Amino acid sequence: MQSYSVLVVAAILFVLGLLGVLTRRNIIFILISVEIMLNAAGVAFVAAGARWGQPDGQVMFLFILAMAASEVSVGLALVMQVYHQHKTLDVSKLNNLKDDIET
Amino acid sequence: MNYLFYISSIVAIAATVMVITRHQPVHALLYLVVSFLGVAMIFLSLGAPFVATLEIILYAGAIIVLFIFVVMMLNLGRESAIQEKQWMQPKTWIGPSILTVILLAELLLLIVMGGSTTIPQQTVDLKKIPLSLYGEYIIAVELTGFLLMAGIVGAAHIGRHKKKYLHRFLKQEEDAVHFSSKT
Repeated sequence: MQSYSVLVVAAILFVLGLLGVLTRRNIIFILISVEIMLNAAGVAFVAAGARWGQPDGQVMFLFILAMAASEVSVGLALVMQVYHQHKTLDVSKLNNLKDDIET
Repeated sequence: MNYLFYISSIVAIAATVMVITRHQPVHALLYLVVSFLGVAMIFLSLGAPFVATLEIILYAGAIIVLFIFVVMMLNLGRESAIQEKQWMQPKTWIGPSILTVILLAELLLLIVMGGSTTIPQQTVDLKKIPLSLYGEYIIAVELTGFLLMAGIVGAAHIGRHKKKYLHRFLKQEEDAVHFSSKT
């Protein structure tokens, strides 16, 4: 199997996740899309490790896994806190830090 | 082995497209499980069964369960139950079912056709992974421990419910306002 095809699949998954981050306004969907992007990066790492026969790709996947787990736990705690304080999950309504002055 | 890779990558990409186009978070999570299973099949066809197992256990198991818990905790009340009843129409779960049945057919094909001919040989010896992880990457492992510790403390601190004031000075101001309005 060509390693190009695996990298193409990883690139497609990454772009789909990036599209989700850029287009969706629900904060839960943004977190899901970030998970998809991390997963695609892991696919690329494992494909590269399998291509060169080195264990570094799978080791990097373990680190990506731990990073994704801690990121999603903190992110979901923030989602719950935002929902309890603002009663919405729309990120375009969370503009408390925005200036009122029209420029 | 090539066609199994192509089928599972098509399943994964289709499920990911469905994830980012759904309106309800629960439907998106159903498709996200299928996407992770497809990616696990890609790992298996790459000759990395350890990573495929971790993908299923941690991504499709732990992280999805975390998302589903939060989605369930955010939807409280009776109207959400009615909404839930409307969501579980057959057209919502028939899409993920078709995609998972394709993956199940691949798995059955692997089992029936015999292991050694279809399942690829491991391109990386499994023994080399922990040797490398606890050898040259030992500092990264310790930093990952710090990261997980910070994550668990941060999640426990942020997720508390009794946080009513943005800052303690604001709390004092509001207490003073209450006190002056009482007297």
